[in-house]
Amino acid sequence: MEDILFYIFAAASVAGALLVVTHNNPVVSVLSLVLTLFSTAVLFVFLLADFIAAIQILVYAGAIMVLFIFTVMYLNLRKEALAFDSKSVPIKFGILFVILIVVAYLSSLGFKRGLQITGEGTSTSTNFGTVEGVGEVLFTKYILPFELTSVLIVVAIIGVVAIAKRRFN
Amino acid sequence: MPWSEIGISLVKIALVLFLVLTLVAYLTLAERRISAFIQDRLGPNRVGPFGLLQPLADGLKLIFKEDIIPERANKILYVMAPAFSFITAIIALAVIPIGGGFSTSLFGLLKEPTFIKFQIADINVGLLYVFAIGSLSVYGVVLGGWASNSKYSLLGGLRSAAQMISYELPLGLSILGVVLIAGSLKLGDIVQAQAKLWFVFPQILGFLVFLVSSFAETNRLPFDLPEAEPEIVAGYHTEYSSMKFAMFFMAEYTHMIVASSLIVSLFLGGWYLLPYFGWFGIDIVKYWFLPPLVFIGKVFLILFLFIWVRWTLPRFRYDQIMNLGWKVLFPLAVINIIVTSAVIVFI
Repeated sequence: MEDILFYIFAAASVAGALLVVTHNNPVVSVLSLVLTLFSTAVLFVFLLADFIAAIQILVYAGAIMVLFIFTVMYLNLRKEALAFDSKSVPIKFGILFVILIVVAYLSSLGFKRGLQITGEGTSTSTNFGTVEGVGEVLFTKYILPFELTSVLIVVAIIGVVAIAKRRFN
Repeated sequence: MPWSEIGISLVKIALVLFLVLTLVAYLTLAERRISAFIQDRLGPNRVGPFGLLQPLADGLKLIFKEDIIPERANKILYVMAPAFSFITAIIALAVIPIGGGFSTSLFGLLKEPTFIKFQIADINVGLLYVFAIGSLSVYGVVLGGWASNSKYSLLGGLRSAAQMISYELPLGLSILGVVLIAGSLKLGDIVQAQAKLWFVFPQILGFLVFLVSSFAETNRLPFDLPEAEPEIVAGYHTEYSSMKFAMFFMAEYTHMIVASSLIVSLFLGGWYLLPYFGWFGIDIVKYWFLPPLVFIGKVFLILFLFIWVRWTLPRFRYDQIMNLGWKVLFPLAVINIIVTSAVIVFI
């Protein structure tokens, strides 16, 4: 049963990702991205990473994509701006193909390296993927990157306020 | 997962769906009757004894109404929006525990007695799940507003999105005090941590912020700007008719039920009878049917509060809502977290 569910959600996430780049209505594209993010969250659940799954939906699908859809609706793009440029399609597909091959090669390299690492990984601990497990690792092993990220976010927020204020004046 | 477990889960899901849909139908009747009493009228009392069959009549009427799709609407999204709204409202109920549970062998059907929880899924991230699903419920409203291709609908949808994003912050922050004391995100654990004392007493500030924010999250008066009649007709569901309109309506009432059961299980002691020393010695393992009754009773009281407030308070202005959310509730929630964590660490 888990296999069936896995294939359903994997297919949904790929289909959503394809729709994001192919559909010419930006609102539908945003929604497809929501579908992709949601399906990926379900795949995280199959990997026993409950916390990551919940956060993925809460932050990406729930918060960031709402801002996306807000922006798209406010911009109110005209028909010409969305018109499909058929001449450049072969070139675009060519670039896409090259990128795909490079990514496939790099990820195969990554998998080879990753297999060696997981041998001594933490996946054996009982609270793997739970809130307690993630919290413990974040506040012990990865405390420095975690705190640096918070500094980065604060700097970004201050930057946004500064830029918005200057344009307001 | 053995088949018996899947079967039990399916029965639970069916039961919750049935209960909630019935409750939603009767909430509409309760809303109309209570509003009538508040305004010194009688309300709908003709269909059946005390008007008890009124929801059935309303449902029939809505099914037979003409289903209109505006000509230049985005058809797929227009049809999807109400369904999305309703589904995201109802699946949040999967992690709400309404009682401890009981042991049974299903009249000899199973070999050994199994413990059945009064909860569909007891997941580790329970509370986060509720908020994750809640954050998705914006889409139904926004899409309904956008796909209708009508100015009033779009305005309603945008207002709703802005309001829901603003009030999600105080809503999420106000529960952190509870999580800090209980030390778990599982709703079952949080309720059990209130066996000695309900969290409404140590967390009075968090409770008030949560209560006000959940009124705003459910788009109820005094925060029902997304459907403010004098300004934008009916907001995001202006163009909807028939069962699609009914689904938006059902979504709103389901949101009320979810919010009420969250308030009860986070602050009002869940299935514990008394604010202090829960069941004072009654053996709830033996009388396993008492906790759900207590829980549902409390949910009814909060639902009554929702209706009572709606017919008592006037509507806020839009800037007042935003000021209240960002300049009053948000700082209060942050103060609550700082004080709570200081008390936990230093005392």
